[in-house]
Amino acid sequence: MTHALEISALAKTYKGGFQALKGIDLTVSEGDFFALLGPNGAGKSTSIGVITSLVNKTGGQVKVFGYDIDTDLEKAKSFIGLVPQEFNFSQFEPLVNILVNQAGYYGVTKSVAIERAEKYLKQLELWDKRDEPARALSGGMKRRLMIARALMHEPKMLILDEPTAGVDIELRRSMWDFLRELNQQGITIILTTHYLEEAEMLCRNIAIIDGGEIVEDTSMKLLLAQLDVETFVFDIKVGASLAALEEFAEQSTTIVYRVVDDHTLEADLKKTQNLNQVFEQLNSNNIEVLSMRNKSNRLEALFVSLINNKTSSSQAKQQTVAEGAK
Amino acid sequence: MNNSIALKSILTKEIQRFMRIWVQTLVPPAITISLYFVIFGSLIGSRIGEMGGFDYMSFIVPGLIMMSVITNSYSNVASSFFSAKWQRNVEEMLVAPVPNWVIVAGYVGGGMCRGILVGLIVTLVSLLFVDIQLHNIWVIIATVTLTSATFALGGLINAIFAGSFDDISIIPTFILTPLTYLGGVFYSISLLPEFWQGVSQANPIVYMVNAFRYGFLGISDVSLVTAFAVISFFIVTLFTIAMVLISKGIGLRS
Repeated sequence: MTHALEISALAKTYKGGFQALKGIDLTVSEGDFFALLGPNGAGKSTSIGVITSLVNKTGGQVKVFGYDIDTDLEKAKSFIGLVPQEFNFSQFEPLVNILVNQAGYYGVTKSVAIERAEKYLKQLELWDKRDEPARALSGGMKRRLMIARALMHEPKMLILDEPTAGVDIELRRSMWDFLRELNQQGITIILTTHYLEEAEMLCRNIAIIDGGEIVEDTSMKLLLAQLDVETFVFDIKVGASLAALEEFAEQSTTIVYRVVDDHTLEADLKKTQNLNQVFEQLNSNNIEVLSMRNKSNRLEALFVSLINNKTSSSQAKQQTVAEGAK
Repeated sequence: MNNSIALKSILTKEIQRFMRIWVQTLVPPAITISLYFVIFGSLIGSRIGEMGGFDYMSFIVPGLIMMSVITNSYSNVASSFFSAKWQRNVEEMLVAPVPNWVIVAGYVGGGMCRGILVGLIVTLVSLLFVDIQLHNIWVIIATVTLTSATFALGGLINAIFAGSFDDISIIPTFILTPLTYLGGVFYSISLLPEFWQGVSQANPIVYMVNAFRYGFLGISDVSLVTAFAVISFFIVTLFTIAMVLISKGIGLRS
């Protein structure tokens, strides 16, 4: 299978000695929807910077669709569309000019560029603003403009660095649909985000980076399978009193229940437990369930535990080294 | 990859930029030059008499045109490229498969277009004050083209190193303006004492102004061959520096 991206032993040390990347290895398959997660300063944007040649690496190798950025930089660049974290277009140019010029940098003729600009501006609901300077757009519109710009040369791989930051939920969901559609068309997508729910909903594979190192690189399914406990939320028919519900929760010895209010109950299930046990207990106590959903904080819980594990292991290492030095 | 389309895109963007703000880019040189003509040409010039065998007004016209070309080709690239760095839209080109020479050529081409357009406007304004002679049109075209390229390259290098808007005004204020005023725009360097004539020959603008003046009036303080050799040397040197800086990503890539 062709790899859209192959990174090996990638290192970056900034002037002043800060080591942003400590020799990371990463592979993204063609057609994947890949999440790159990590806390602030973990090395996500530096990695993207190196892949897109905005940051000079200090070691390692990067290949885009088999083309090494050291030997075939221009070819490698032609496959990538970048949506950066910060707005980086001229604030004074009209939207159409921004898009047509960007296509021109990739050798797309003006007539084709104008057609594509119309297509993407309409799809991203910016067509009415096409002749306005970019500074007149709202934050959400500017994010969509950057997505349109990244697509102008029809890249095979789209890299989005926190594309939904500061975007309201309605717009975020419409952007998710748009990105899913692009992925279904065969475009490989690499996404960094702070909204873990976003990664969980969109991405098939995931890497977690922290302190310039990859701490996890797996499929979303396998990662979520690491969860020991999963929380379910039950909407129950109002009937039982709050006191009765609390008594039921306290009496349960096998499953941990939490009463949210007189019509909402949460249950923490271990991997060894199943939902039938919950329903049996609820039935025997005459608690009627109207609906049930998974509490979507699963990835967040894992993320926090992975980062914490890494922090405590590096602290332990430091302590060992310090003790050794004594 | 079609580099000519990329080059055309950068060039178009640059021309659209200075045309969009024409009140700031094209009008001021016309007003400034009119004031020069009124003050130095009509009021003071009439008392100076002839210089190099021509009345003073005719003598300073080529230098004034060249001064506008130099200033505008330099400041266009310096402000546009620095602004692209500041707004980070220079990244649009850096992430695209645009060869470095295309980026340099696009920005320099934009600066040359503004410099030459302003030169034409100033020439038209000067027709209101003086009858312009033409001695050799090809020397005029060659000099204005090469000079605008030289200073557009200078502006680009300035913008690459600049870290703030102040940094793009330091060179024009403290180096470019003095060199231009001492570059034989308002006087023939043959009027200077021998020592200062020698010093003046280290000023590249002397060669540009004199070659340009030769194209109009057929007189020059320096040899035409030397003038073109000096200008060509500066173009090659500045182009090489600009290419090295961009390929190393100085001021552009971290």
